[in-house]
Amino acid sequence: MSASIARTLPFFSARPAVLLSALMAASALSLALASPAYATRSDLKIGMSIEPAGLDPTIAAPVAIGQVTWQNIFEGLVRLTEKGEIKPQLAKSWTISPDGLTYSFTLQPGVTFSNGEAFTSETAKFTLDRARGEKSVNPQKRFFAAIDSIETPDATTLVLHLKEPAGNLLYHLTWPAAVMVEPKSADNDKTNPVGTGPFTLKSWTKGDRLELTARKDYWDKDKKVALSDITFRFINDPQAQVAALKGGDVDAFPELGAPELFDGFKDDKKFIAYAGNTELKVVAGMNTARPPFNDKRVRQALMMAVDRATLIEGAWSGLGTPIGSHYTPNDPGYVDETGKLPYDPEKAKALLKEAGYGKGLTFSIKAPQMSYATRTSEVLQAMLADVGVTMNIVPTEFPAKWLPEVFKGHDFDMTIVAHAEPMDIDIYSRPDYYFGYQNPAFNDTIATAEKTTDDAKRAELYGAAQTMLAEDVPALYLYVLPKLGIWDAKLEGLWKDEPIPSNDLTGVHWKD
Amino acid sequence: MRAGMMRWLRDNKALAAGLVITVSIVVLALLSLFWVPMSPTKMNIAQKLKGPLENGFSSGLLGKDHFGRDIASMLMVGARYSLTVALASVAIGAMIGTALGVTAAARPGFTGAALGRLNDAIFALPPILSAIMLGALMGPGTTTAILAIGTFMIPVFARVTRGAAMQVRARDYILAARMAGEGEVTITLLHVIPNIASQIIVQVAIQLAMAILTEAGLSFLGLGTPPPAPSWGRMLADSQTYLLKAPHMALAPGLAIALAVLGFNLLGDGLSRLIDPRRRIER
Repeated sequence: MSASIARTLPFFSARPAVLLSALMAASALSLALASPAYATRSDLKIGMSIEPAGLDPTIAAPVAIGQVTWQNIFEGLVRLTEKGEIKPQLAKSWTISPDGLTYSFTLQPGVTFSNGEAFTSETAKFTLDRARGEKSVNPQKRFFAAIDSIETPDATTLVLHLKEPAGNLLYHLTWPAAVMVEPKSADNDKTNPVGTGPFTLKSWTKGDRLELTARKDYWDKDKKVALSDITFRFINDPQAQVAALKGGDVDAFPELGAPELFDGFKDDKKFIAYAGNTELKVVAGMNTARPPFNDKRVRQALMMAVDRATLIEGAWSGLGTPIGSHYTPNDPGYVDETGKLPYDPEKAKALLKEAGYGKGLTFSIKAPQMSYATRTSEVLQAMLADVGVTMNIVPTEFPAKWLPEVFKGHDFDMTIVAHAEPMDIDIYSRPDYYFGYQNPAFNDTIATAEKTTDDAKRAELYGAAQTMLAEDVPALYLYVLPKLGIWDAKLEGLWKDEPIPSNDLTGVHWKD
Repeated sequence: MRAGMMRWLRDNKALAAGLVITVSIVVLALLSLFWVPMSPTKMNIAQKLKGPLENGFSSGLLGKDHFGRDIASMLMVGARYSLTVALASVAIGAMIGTALGVTAAARPGFTGAALGRLNDAIFALPPILSAIMLGALMGPGTTTAILAIGTFMIPVFARVTRGAAMQVRARDYILAARMAGEGEVTITLLHVIPNIASQIIVQVAIQLAMAILTEAGLSFLGLGTPPPAPSWGRMLADSQTYLLKAPHMALAPGLAIALAVLGFNLLGDGLSRLIDPRRRIER
C-alpha cells in the first residue's frame, strides 16, 4: 500500500526539498486565484416563484415577465432606481416645454440591440407607435394615450407632442411595458427577446430554468456589469425554495413565498434576509354595484371590524405595512389613512344595524389560491364573525377562474388580491373596473393629477384621492406585502426594495 | 363468562383494537356537538404556534395553530366532518353499488356485461381527479367531496356484491325459491341480500378507512369542507411551512388521520375474520 503511494508520488518519501517547493508553488497559485481579479464568481442562480409565460413585457401584463427581462434584457428611454427615482437610460437627457405638451429627448449614440441593429430615434418611434397604435396589445396602452405625434429630426433626437399634459409620462416610460424594441425582432420577442440590455437569452427550459448570458458589445461602458451568466430557477413551493437556498441550488430568492420560513434565515450567517418595500397592496375589493356593498355604511362597518396589526401578524407573520387607502408609503404623496376608520367592533356593529343588517349579514369572498389571499381571508372571516357577519370563503383559481368571474364578469360580493402595479390608484376612476366604484369627484381629481406636471401639486392631488378612498372604502385596505429577499451573504447589489416588480441584476456582484 | 370474554379478545385482537379506536373517534366527534375544550374557530393571534400546554391549559392540550386556534378542539370537530363525509360517501357507494352488483348477478347476459363495463369505466377514474373535475363544475365543498368519493365507491361495492351474489344464487335454496314461484326481485331482496350482508358490512368498514383518507387528501388540496369548518386534511396542508417551527401542528392531524384509517382497517379485517368461515380456520 505505502509502496504504491511512494511510486505514484515519488517526492513524498524521497525528496523533501521538492515537496517543499511544490507546496510553495501550490500556495502561490492559490493566492493568485484568491485575488479579486481571478477568484470572484461571475455566475448567479436566482429563484422566482412564478415562471413568465413569455418574455415580451410590451405585449402581456404578468409581472414575472418584467422580473426576468426588465433592465437585464430590455431597457427603456428612462429607468427607475431602487429608490424609485427616474434616471436617464437610452435617453441621455430631455427637456419639457413649459406648457407640458412637448418632450424632447436626446438619445444615447452608439447603442445596439443584441442582434446588431442600431438604436436610433426611428427605433424609439417604432416602439412607441407599436405601443399606442390601434392594434397594440400593450398591457399599459393607456400610458401612451396622451401622445399625439412623434417627430425624429435626427438619429439622436426624439420629440413627443402630447394632446394634453401628462404628469406621469416620464415615470410610465420607466416601466417594463415601455422598453425599447426593434422592428426586425419585435414580433419574436415573446420567445427570443432582443433588447439593448447587457444580457441576452441563452436558453429556456420551460418549467425549470431560464439562462441569460452577458453581451460583449453592451453600449454602457460606465455600467460595471460583473455577472456573465445568470440562471433563473422557477420554484413554486415555499419549502422547496428554502431547500434550494440551503442546498446552494440558488444563490438568491428575491421574493420568498412564505413569511414563516423567512425567520429561519435571519440567524444564518451565510445568508442575508431583508424585508423590503414593495408595491403589492393587499385589498379586499367589494362589488359596490350591488347590495349590500352599494351601501357605504356597510363597507365602512366592515373596515372598522378589521384590526390590521393582528391581521398582519396572523396572516403574514407580522411582516407587512398597514395601509388605509390604495397607496403605499413609498409612493410620492402618501397620506397615512389607517386612522380614518380604525378598528372599533362596537361602532362597526352599530353602523351595520343602522344600515339594516342588525340581525346579521352573509356574503361570500372569492379568494384566489395564493397563500396571502387564503390566509388573510381566514383571519378576515374570524374578525367579521365577531361583528355578526358571516363571510363564506369560495376558493377561486387565479387567474383561470378569477379573471373571467371577478375581473371581467363582476360576479362576486367580495374578493381579495394584491395589486402589484405601482401608483395604480387611478383604477378606481376607470369606468368598468371590478369594484364598480363611481365617484365623479374622485374621477376629476385623478384626471387633474394626471395632467399636472408640477410634482408637489400632483402629490397633493393624489393625497386628496387617497382620502376619498379611505372614506368610501370600495375595498378593505389591508396591508402592503413585504419583499422577503434572501441571498448569499457574499452577494452584493441586489435590490432590497421594489418600487416596481423587477430583478435588476446589472449591478450585482460577488464579494471576494 | 369472564374467561370467555378474554378468549374472544385473544382470538379477535384486531377487531377489539379496531373497535376501541373507531368508537373513541366517533365518541369524540359526537362529544364535539355538545362540548369542545375551546372554540375551534376562535382565533387568538397572540397565542399562535404555541406548543401543547406551553402556556398551561390556555395553549391547549395539543397546542395552537398558526392563527392561535385550539388544535385539540379543531381535531374533534374535524373528526365530525371526516366521519360525515366518509359515512355519506360509503352509504352512496354501498347502496348504488350493491343494487348494481345484485342486478348484474341476476341478469348475467347483456345487462350484466354492460354493468360490468360501466363499473370498470368508473373504477378507472381516480377519486381525487374526479373530485377536481366535480369541483370545477359545482364548486369545491362538502357535497362535492361526498359525491366524488361516493362515485368512486360504487364499483368497489358492485364487484364485491356481484361475486358474492353469484355464489349465493348457485345454492339450492334459491332454486327452491324459484320453484315456489318467487320472482327475481323477491329472490334478490329476501334471499340474496341477507346472505351477502356480512360481506357488505366488512367492505363498508374497509371503505370507510379509504374514504377518510381520500377526504383528507381532498381537503389538503382545498377541495373539501371550506373554512372556517376545521378539517384534518386542511390542518395538515396549513402545517407544511411550519414544520420546523411548530411540528405539533403537523403531528396532531397526521396522527389523527393515521389512527382513524388504522382503526377502520382493523375493524374491517377483524369483522371479515369473524364472519368468513375460511379465515376463521386459518388461525
